[in-house]
Amino acid sequence: MAGNNYYDPADLRKFGNITEWGEELGAKFFDYYTKVFEEGALTAREKSLIALAVAHTEMCPYCIDAYTKDGLQRGITKEEMMEAVHVGAAIKSGASLVHGVMMMNKVNKLDG
Amino acid sequence: MSKLKTQSLHKRESELAEAKRQLEILSNGIFQSGGLPTFAQKIKETHQFPLRPKKLEILQINVGYMCNQVCEHCHVDAGPDRTEIMTRETMEQCLEVIKNTGAHTLDLTGGAPEMNPNFRWFVDEASKAGIKDFIVRSNLTIIRANKKYYDLPQFFKEHNVHVVSSMPHWTRGKTDKQRGDGVFDKSIKALQELNAIGYGMPNSDLRLDLVYNPSGAFLPGDQASMEKDFKKALMDDFGVQFHNLFAITNLPISRFLDYLIASENYEDYMYQLVDAYNPKAVTNVMCTNTISISWDGFLYDCDFNQMLGLQVASKVKHINDYNEDLLNNRNIVTSQHCYGCTAGAGSSCQGAVAE
Ligand code: SF4
Ligand code: SF4
Repeated sequence: MAGNNYYDPADLRKFGNITEWGEELGAKFFDYYTKVFEEGALTAREKSLIALAVAHTEMCPYCIDAYTKDGLQRGITKEEMMEAVHVGAAIKSGASLVHGVMMMNKVNKLDG
Repeated sequence: MSKLKTQSLHKRESELAEAKRQLEILSNGIFQSGGLPTFAQKIKETHQFPLRPKKLEILQINVGYMCNQVCEHCHVDAGPDRTEIMTRETMEQCLEVIKNTGAHTLDLTGGAPEMNPNFRWFVDEASKAGIKDFIVRSNLTIIRANKKYYDLPQFFKEHNVHVVSSMPHWTRGKTDKQRGDGVFDKSIKALQELNAIGYGMPNSDLRLDLVYNPSGAFLPGDQASMEKDFKKALMDDFGVQFHNLFAITNLPISRFLDYLIASENYEDYMYQLVDAYNPKAVTNVMCTNTISISWDGFLYDCDFNQMLGLQVASKVKHINDYNEDLLNNRNIVTSQHCYGCTAGAGSSCQGAVAE
């Protein structure tokens, strides 16, 4: 049995089980997911790095676990992985910061 | 480098130096949470149990466990402190077998096979026997290890030897982590020397292949895309060329097993192997067309079984009594480590075995 944690690493292996309680949508999701990560205009390697960056901005421990391992399997180096994480972090912090303009607009309107 | 990394498990008197202990861990697990399905059960599902040999194609001869390196993941537990090497007498028996076998490939491995004092004599004699593909598994650094080995590339060329060499990554950091400080630079130098005399060049008959195995507790990625990445990086950075890349999964035995347990990755790694189990890979695992001969002349289904002390299940157990027909009638001995050969695209000494 899992311990008293919200996240259990062993649960990642059970991800596929979500189809058991909703086969049609679950299957559609996994089909879509598999298709997305195939080689296309972007290489599977590039997609793996994007997924890793997004995993960090989403702060999903399962995805971080999965795409770190995926990156290693593809021969992606730790330096490349960290750069991808910074790209995600930069966009995430930029997204917060750019909302500062909203705050400034509001202040100017109310208290200009 | 830490002391541990410069010595074999045997030298360290680790309990894992004993094949019996490794098999216990593989069979009973060290998990708290119940076991994994057995490999035998798994291949029964697709009616592939017991595993049976097909036509013999490859004779793999391990001429000794002595090596100039002590790689972290070595499944042979090889190193400078290992003294087991094949005698000339056993080599002579091997030559008899080579002359009479239907196998088209001879695969010399170790340790560093070149460190066996009778290595050159053996290559010389064996290459006269009309084998089509004569492989030497060279760790590359041996070529630069000592003056007496400097002319090895030329020697290989004269005997039209097919050189197969390990290269864990195209970056220095990852390679040195697995194989020891300075290994990357020496390996590149050796590859450049081999290239200079024609090895690995496009359209050259002098075959130079690289073997990639992961530097940690994860599985190898797709062989074709890894080959592309290796080729580009080695060419761009060092002007190095080679023919094919074989991606090999690390089997959970010997020093890699020790690493898995010490780094608390054992359970997860075994699950990775089982989850990636591919029944299509079973058809072509290398034990189905190979016989492996140890330094002391015993016969095994593969180099991994050799390290686990699992001799062939046949009346013929030693090269003294070698008989291909009888051997072809055996069942292959399997255990949990065999999951390593059947994960993903499968893994053999020649890389992936399934689409
Ligand atoms: S992996 Fe090869 S080079 Fe490394 S210690 Fe083992 S036999 Fe030697
Ligand atoms: S470990 Fe040896 S016996 Fe087991 S599947 Fe692989 S090659 Fe065959």
